[in-house]
Amino acid sequence: MRYDSREDLTNCQKSFQDQLEGQKKKIYVCGGTGCVASGAFDIYRKFKEVLANRKIPCQVELKEESTEERVGLKISGCHGFCEKGPLVAMEPSGILYVKVQPEDVEEIIEQSILRDEVVSRLVFEKDGIRYPIQEELPFYRSQQRRILQYCGRIDADSMEEYIAYGGYQALEACLFEHTSEDVIRIIQESSLRGRGGGGFGTGMKWNYVKNQAESEKYVVCNGDEGDPGAFMDRSIMEGDPHRVLEGMMIAGYAVGASQGYIYIRAEYPLAVARLQRAIEEARKAGMLGEGIMGTDFSFDIEIRYGAGAFVCGEETSLIRSIEGERGEPVNKPPFPAESGLWEKPTLVNNVETFANVALIISKGSDWYRSCGTDMSPGTKVFALTGNIENTGLIEVPMGTPLHEIIYSVGGGIKGGKKFKAVQIGGPSGGCLTEEHLNMPLDYESLREAGAMIGSGGLVVMDEDTCIVEVAKFFMNFTQNESCGKCTPCRIGNKRLYEILERITEGKGTLADLKKLKELSEAVKDTALCGLGQTSPNPVLSTLEYFYEEYCEHVLEKKCRAGSCSALLSYFILEDKCTGCTLCARKCPVSCIEGSPKKLHVIDQEKCIKCGACLDVCRFDAVVKK
Amino acid sequence: MKEVNIIINGISLSVPEEETVLEAARRINIEIPTLCHMDLENLKAVNKEASCRVCVVEIEGRRNLAPACVTKVGEGMVIKTNSPRAIRGRRTSVELLLSNHPFDCLICEKNGSCDLQALAGQLGIYGELKYQGEQTTYPKDESSYSIKRNLDKCILCRRCETMCNEVQTCGILSATGRGFDTIVSPTFGLPMIETACTFCGQCVAVCPTAALSEISSIGQVWEELYNPDKFVVVQTAPAVRVALGEEFGLPPGHSVTGKMVALLRKLGFDRVFDTDFAADLTIMEEASELIHRLEHKGTLPILTSCCPGWVKFFEHQFPDLLDIPSSCMSPHEMFGAITKSYYAKKYNIDPDKLVVVSVMPCLAKKYEAARPELGMEGNQNVDFVLTTRELAKMAKEASIDFLNLEEEDFDHPMGESTGASVIFGATGGVIEAALRTAYEWLTGTTLEHVDFEELRGLEGIKEATVKINDMELNIAVAHGLGNARTLLENIRAGNSRYHAIEIMACPGGCIGGGGQPYHQGEIETLKARTQAIYEEDKGKAMRKSHENPYIQKLYQEFLGQPYGEKAHELLHTHYVKRVKL
Repeated sequence: MRYDSREDLTNCQKSFQDQLEGQKKKIYVCGGTGCVASGAFDIYRKFKEVLANRKIPCQVELKEESTEERVGLKISGCHGFCEKGPLVAMEPSGILYVKVQPEDVEEIIEQSILRDEVVSRLVFEKDGIRYPIQEELPFYRSQQRRILQYCGRIDADSMEEYIAYGGYQALEACLFEHTSEDVIRIIQESSLRGRGGGGFGTGMKWNYVKNQAESEKYVVCNGDEGDPGAFMDRSIMEGDPHRVLEGMMIAGYAVGASQGYIYIRAEYPLAVARLQRAIEEARKAGMLGEGIMGTDFSFDIEIRYGAGAFVCGEETSLIRSIEGERGEPVNKPPFPAESGLWEKPTLVNNVETFANVALIISKGSDWYRSCGTDMSPGTKVFALTGNIENTGLIEVPMGTPLHEIIYSVGGGIKGGKKFKAVQIGGPSGGCLTEEHLNMPLDYESLREAGAMIGSGGLVVMDEDTCIVEVAKFFMNFTQNESCGKCTPCRIGNKRLYEILERITEGKGTLADLKKLKELSEAVKDTALCGLGQTSPNPVLSTLEYFYEEYCEHVLEKKCRAGSCSALLSYFILEDKCTGCTLCARKCPVSCIEGSPKKLHVIDQEKCIKCGACLDVCRFDAVVKK
Repeated sequence: MKEVNIIINGISLSVPEEETVLEAARRINIEIPTLCHMDLENLKAVNKEASCRVCVVEIEGRRNLAPACVTKVGEGMVIKTNSPRAIRGRRTSVELLLSNHPFDCLICEKNGSCDLQALAGQLGIYGELKYQGEQTTYPKDESSYSIKRNLDKCILCRRCETMCNEVQTCGILSATGRGFDTIVSPTFGLPMIETACTFCGQCVAVCPTAALSEISSIGQVWEELYNPDKFVVVQTAPAVRVALGEEFGLPPGHSVTGKMVALLRKLGFDRVFDTDFAADLTIMEEASELIHRLEHKGTLPILTSCCPGWVKFFEHQFPDLLDIPSSCMSPHEMFGAITKSYYAKKYNIDPDKLVVVSVMPCLAKKYEAARPELGMEGNQNVDFVLTTRELAKMAKEASIDFLNLEEEDFDHPMGESTGASVIFGATGGVIEAALRTAYEWLTGTTLEHVDFEELRGLEGIKEATVKINDMELNIAVAHGLGNARTLLENIRAGNSRYHAIEIMACPGGCIGGGGQPYHQGEIETLKARTQAIYEEDKGKAMRKSHENPYIQKLYQEFLGQPYGEKAHELLHTHYVKRVKL
């Protein structure tokens, strides 16, 4: 099937829609990386097998035209509720089954396909209430899924389904109804801001690239998502790859580029495979290549793999890496928009930014601005992880208060523990505390609080998390991921890490806290690229909001979270010890003395603080403090 | 050229818009300390990594500090180069570098000539370091005869990479690893001797610390001088005399030939000869070879082969073109061969007791001296090579008051030379010297105007057409291996119209060699040395190699005909195909 004119696209869309409508019931097996790792493909195969055995007509691809009443079976993109995977969603009933296993498939078909009933044991349950309908789950209720609209709702490998749901209509509108100036104006009016972290005005950037005199230009999609715990971009690329391609094509049309590159880390094999397939299908269909849809617009996209260096998410390093050089940043200006890939004007946008584009073109900038805040309109996808009930991928309007994300969408802190802090924006971001719970999450508020949206990682921490350990964790990450080019990042981050390490080992001093702050500020002020300029943020924000806890570590040699093992000691309480000898037998270094039915005592000199005694004691006689 | 108005430290000025903050500040004598920065504009060797973060300055309205070396000026820019914030940023960068640097300044080969040491002093960093922690340690690489790598001292300024990759196009050194463990290293961390390194030493020439330095032969040379059984002969290359003075505080371009000879005698060398003599000998052979190739339809162009860095470069990079370079050995090797044969026989010295030491502006000569084919029956033509810097170190060690030495003359017979040989030290000099001789031999007439101006200067590739009889000889000169590569690739592609090409590995020729006093990125230093070379040539009574009476005598008494059988046996060599790694 080729789309050589806009009529071709319209006709095909109609026929694909008919096919979809013929699928009276649809089964979506979540094909996100998390669910795949938990066996989603086995479930999919089982569905296929059972449907065949029971001779239930089943349609896997829209291309196979069918007129009989049938069931549609699809591998969809990520549904976001990764905590409860593997997930299976049903249409039109809207049922979501959680933690599905292949042996559940027969029952699902029996109950929900052949009849209109629910397998209640596979339904999400909280506080004694069952939530069979996906939309009604607390996790989904407060979300507003625009970018992730089709993630989990279409077959991620099918260009036809994307088209059936209106895909490539935005590109069509651009090519046939808008000049490139129009497109840029619409994007500018939408006030879309770069979703990669910086929050730079997307329309402004496009305009800048367009206005470069050079005739050869490039569009680059930054899919080098490297923050620990972040998987927004991966899920978009896996779940709705054509949406990313369409955004890039529109950008290419707007700025005057005919070649695009997607830079993606090789450790995202599923996203790579789906994008690769999407590109091939689009090429076959004439949506990529020369003279798209019969116009004189030509655009092609190639994938470039990264080896997983965090710094390659920084645009100048990314460009160097695409060029085949060592992934290292270069001084800006000149910005890539002026001199980027092979010294040509280059538009670099993040995956999520591109995923917004087709929506804005189709629905208009007013619609786009109807959600979010004035300065930060639209929605934002976050990866919710850490000590929270519902980990997963969520999308909420910009400006949603943290409280709502953690308690409504996230279901609160795991195990009913107390909220302590949330690290937002990955290693470049900062810590937010209880006092920020009502703060709207948008670019400005976060910057003020010393954090940043970054690409959208949200790591929630409970009261058992040591804040110094958190700062150390992120510092360890950035000092490892520094490219080593500039002094402050290469050596400064290492020294910051060493100071934090000293503090968690009980060797820190008050002077160390002063050094931490001074050095953090100097690194921010002097480092070459965005990595180094933001890497001390976790240290500075935790120092600001948890100074007391730092002081306890250095002055009292105490870790209130009970997490820094060097600052802890294990004791056996005299009034609780029954002399059962279990702890003494479990101790790997034999440092517990005591005879049966007599009080046991831990030799503090020999104790390695492994906690085995605490774990085995049945009388709560072992305590750590 | 558009100008913009800026204010630096309260001083208003107008500067061209493409200038950097650093350049603008220097216009009004405001010094901004730099470390990784290097700008040898004429040689296109510009290190613009902006990696050290020492030159950071405060610019009004900018969120963070800006590196002055790469930040372009802009209209209305207000810059503070010495605000407390700028100073703190700069100082922290240096303190951090020092926190991962060995504290062995007192016994470091760069003691007194280290940029980092000077900067620490300038910024008043002493006593206890503010930041301390793990220090990286790596095995030292002393695998080659020329270049020592001590990564513990590397500050990752990446100047060496710029020289190796962009100027010399050798691609031996590049950064590998990440974070604190980032190092500059050859592929797979190979020892230098196993790489395609040419040992040109340009990396050493620009290294601000002792991360890259020469493999020193000072100790071995002292041993030989100390040994009463040995007859130690020294020769000095033309470029040494115009740079040695810099090590004793003289301005660049101050020729110290007479003092240098006196110094070498004082150090205990038994004979002080001049490589210039051998340069004249080289011209006799090379001009003969050129004429031979012209007359016998031999392979053209002929390429000079005086430069060992260049020789190793083409062996690795152009192994398919090994028949093009002249088969002549380099002058100091010819000197060694003649000394250990003709001279030893004439003065009845046991060649086994004869030690030949070369004082060279070069690190590749150290490697060359060890090439097995450059010797006879296990006796290398040249035993030891000292650099200009090493000679100065020996003088200082011996407490010789160099500046007040009475000038002395070279010993005979191998101390006599012509102006043609002196100019071997500057780019274009070898081919100019060869032309002076070839012209007279081919035409049988006297060449009145001996200065081939179009072959001089620091332009990367120079060319000239010389009319000899009814033949138009097309000549090209390249210095810096990147420029050499351009010419060689043209030859390989069959697009070359030249008859003879001179190539020197180092930018500027031997005066900019890897063994010369550190020029600290100052292009003016190279220009002054070049100037001094041509002055020396002008002052010579004889300016054509074949006029050298001692050379004529050498052929009469020993060698026979130029390019003859004996000459081939002693003065010509062959090349080896090597891999590109």
